[in-house]
Amino acid sequence: MDYAYTLIILLLPLVTFLGLGLLSKRLPVALAGIIGTANLFIIAALSCATAFTYFTQEAGEAGFEAIEAYKITWLPLTDKLIIHLGILLDPLSVMMLVVITLVSAMVHLYSIGYMKGEKGYTRYFAFLSLFTFSMLGLVVATNIFQMYIFWELVGVSSYLLIGFYYQKPSAVAASKKAFIVTRFADLGFLVGILILSFNTGTFEFQTLTSLQGPVIGQASTAAFMGLSVTTWALLLIFMGGAGKSAMFPLHIWLPDAMEGPTPVSALIHAATMVVAGVYLVARLFPAYALSAPDALTVIMYVGSFTSLFAAVIACTQLDIKRVLAFSTLSQIGYMMVALGVSGYGGEAGLGYMASLFHLFTHAFFKALLFLGAGSVIHAVHSNLMTEMGGLRKSMPVTHLTFLVACLTIAGIPPLSGFFSKDEILVAAFEHNKLIFAVQWLVAGITAFYMFRLYFRIFWNQTPAYHHAPHESPVVMTVPLMFLAIASVVAGFVPFHDLVTSDNKPFETAFHWSIAGPSIAIAVIGILTAAWLYARPSLRPDAISKSLSGVYTAAYNKFYIDEIYLFITKSIIFQFISRPVAWFDRHIVDGTMNFIGNSTVAGSAAIKRMQSGHVQLYIWYFASGVLVLALLILYLN
Amino acid sequence: MTGPKIIFFILAISIVVFSILSITSRKILRAAIYLLFVLVAMAGLYYMMNFPFLAAVQLILYAGGIVVLIIFSILLTSQINSKLEPPRRSHLLSGALTAIAGIALSAVTILQFAFKPSSKPAIGTDMRTIGLQLMGTGENGYALPFEVISILLLAALVGSIFIALKNRT
Amino acid sequence: MNLQAEIPLDYMIILSILVFFIGLMGVLIRRNLITMLMGVELMLNAVNINFTAFNHYLFPHRLEGHFFALIVMAIAAAEAAVAIALIINIYRQFATVSVDDVDELKF
Repeated sequence: MDYAYTLIILLLPLVTFLGLGLLSKRLPVALAGIIGTANLFIIAALSCATAFTYFTQEAGEAGFEAIEAYKITWLPLTDKLIIHLGILLDPLSVMMLVVITLVSAMVHLYSIGYMKGEKGYTRYFAFLSLFTFSMLGLVVATNIFQMYIFWELVGVSSYLLIGFYYQKPSAVAASKKAFIVTRFADLGFLVGILILSFNTGTFEFQTLTSLQGPVIGQASTAAFMGLSVTTWALLLIFMGGAGKSAMFPLHIWLPDAMEGPTPVSALIHAATMVVAGVYLVARLFPAYALSAPDALTVIMYVGSFTSLFAAVIACTQLDIKRVLAFSTLSQIGYMMVALGVSGYGGEAGLGYMASLFHLFTHAFFKALLFLGAGSVIHAVHSNLMTEMGGLRKSMPVTHLTFLVACLTIAGIPPLSGFFSKDEILVAAFEHNKLIFAVQWLVAGITAFYMFRLYFRIFWNQTPAYHHAPHESPVVMTVPLMFLAIASVVAGFVPFHDLVTSDNKPFETAFHWSIAGPSIAIAVIGILTAAWLYARPSLRPDAISKSLSGVYTAAYNKFYIDEIYLFITKSIIFQFISRPVAWFDRHIVDGTMNFIGNSTVAGSAAIKRMQSGHVQLYIWYFASGVLVLALLILYLN
Repeated sequence: MTGPKIIFFILAISIVVFSILSITSRKILRAAIYLLFVLVAMAGLYYMMNFPFLAAVQLILYAGGIVVLIIFSILLTSQINSKLEPPRRSHLLSGALTAIAGIALSAVTILQFAFKPSSKPAIGTDMRTIGLQLMGTGENGYALPFEVISILLLAALVGSIFIALKNRT
Repeated sequence: MNLQAEIPLDYMIILSILVFFIGLMGVLIRRNLITMLMGVELMLNAVNINFTAFNHYLFPHRLEGHFFALIVMAIAAAEAAVAIALIINIYRQFATVSVDDVDELKF
């Protein structure tokens, strides 16, 4: 089967971006959205076709084979170290193609309605196309360097879209924050790439993850501070992934990124870009699992802590998009945990499969949640849940789809979230009981805060609206319905046959002993939320008062931002930047200024000699001749 | 004191005195006339050294040509009666110092060297010899410098006309 | 007439040196362009004394110094012509022939 046509999937969004970007002034505004959306539907169809042909092919002995559909040499650095650009198709990237293009297509369609009448409508679609292009380039990268390039492109498009409302200072600040934090993390990624390629002499994923390759087969024995160089490199690479996936302590940019338009949050900051870290670890998974298990342990703890931490904060936030942002953090934490508890190959690779399964389902239900929230915001013109309530009658479609999404994320069978979360819990249970307990608890908290959100928006007391909220237009509700259906059925995709750590199918068993408690705690969470928030009551306030210290800390996101500010402003700026600036201003600049000033002063002192008086010149000349004659005749 | 010696000293003293007067006189026309005297005395010196042709050229060219030209330009540019400003003290001092130092250096250097007068018979400086040599192209011929000089004079002629031309547009 | 017996060459040279440096001093101290030109003429004549004296005393069998003096005179004539053209032009431009006032070409 020839997959060369997948190049179209990659290049079509780029062409759209360039076209929309260059012609933004000439094009009729309404056309931009239609062009962008039509493009996305084309590539979504192509991606689904690719996935269908790829997964229905006869899997060989070694499972699904990775195919390089396209490959060109880009930078031959040395004879051996060559950077290629290409398209790699394996179960992982094909799955990602489907997720990205489907969600992106839905978001594009939704945006036509959501962004209607906004200033910069064409620019918005151009940036969305750029993002889609970058994200697709990232997932089909054949080598880690290509991935890095698209990784940065994704960061740039995220920056551009967060700062879309550039007249708003908070949006500008948020975009800068997102860019700087992820760039800082990418520093680790880059250093990791350099170490890894220096030690292995290759950038290719296929070599890096091959069982006989230089990373796994002939692991270098060089060690640094008790860990092997490979472990360090993979840890640094994970740092980049943690930055993009907003893992603690690099998570601070994601809640602020909600300043961007809501569909952007749905696409970038929920479904696709923030899972790039998960994708990165999954892409290099054999290397992590077989040559750096210590790194995997770190990933497991970071993921687990982030999921608990974010879930607690999510319970206290009032801005509905921020609740969803922290929920995203928490869910990505789940995926990281699943990778962390996984082993390589066959049954041991359950966690790997579960992680990507959860990535797959999460993309749909979280995008649905964001788009639903966007629909609500569109109707109410506010982000705060205190200004919402009782919307279930006026917005029936939004209400129903939102309910489906909430049930999905809470893990109620037979919705997709239940299956993927259940797999993660099983994998965690087999690996580490403590982690399992934490994740089980987080499942309950998740159910609680999601239904807190649900009840506050759609039930509770109806506040006085400026004008009666009404259901969103069809272009917005159709994506909601599509994603709701996807959320329901995504759980039935036989992932263990398709996307596994060694690309070979394996059998999974269903464990009621794990699923039972997880359903139970989810139901408890939902019921608690219903008890507290379904009707107006004083109970939430009473509880938050009784937990005042913890509540305030969680409401202020445990002061992580303030700690960062303290470290940067009071320590780095004060004790490092100031002296460096002083040194630069006074010593470095001073030297240069001194040289310049002395030249100027010297010329000012001697320029009087150039007086324009001919006689003076003659005198210089004559006395010079005399002195020279004297020197030559008598002084040698 | 023999006759030639007396004449030489008269000429030499008048050259030096008139030179000094020429450069110190505060009336510009007088300075030009003193210069004329210097040039005439110089012609006498040439005559003493048996170069009558050169003495004649000196009289015609310098006294008759250049000095007249200088007087012309003085009349064009200055008021004859007005006195020139005296030289600045600093200029006077530095100029005198330089001149005295130069005189000392040159005199001391040159007088250390003992020139040996030639005993060869003089070639004679009648017009025939000069004419033959000036136009000669063989040994002791000066045809090439002569032609070069003629071109230089032509260039100077054209150049000075061009420079002094009024209302160039 | 042969001067060798009567007047030593050194006398001639000293005369030439004196005239030359008097001329130089004239160039250095006079502020009028025309008198500066006169100083230059003096210097050129001093050189001519040297040429003729060396010819007469040391190489009487040839006429090189003589012709050199002749050429110097021609050059002096050319120089005087150009210089006076320049002076007249400067006078037109600045309405002065004082060298102090003509100092536009400076720093």
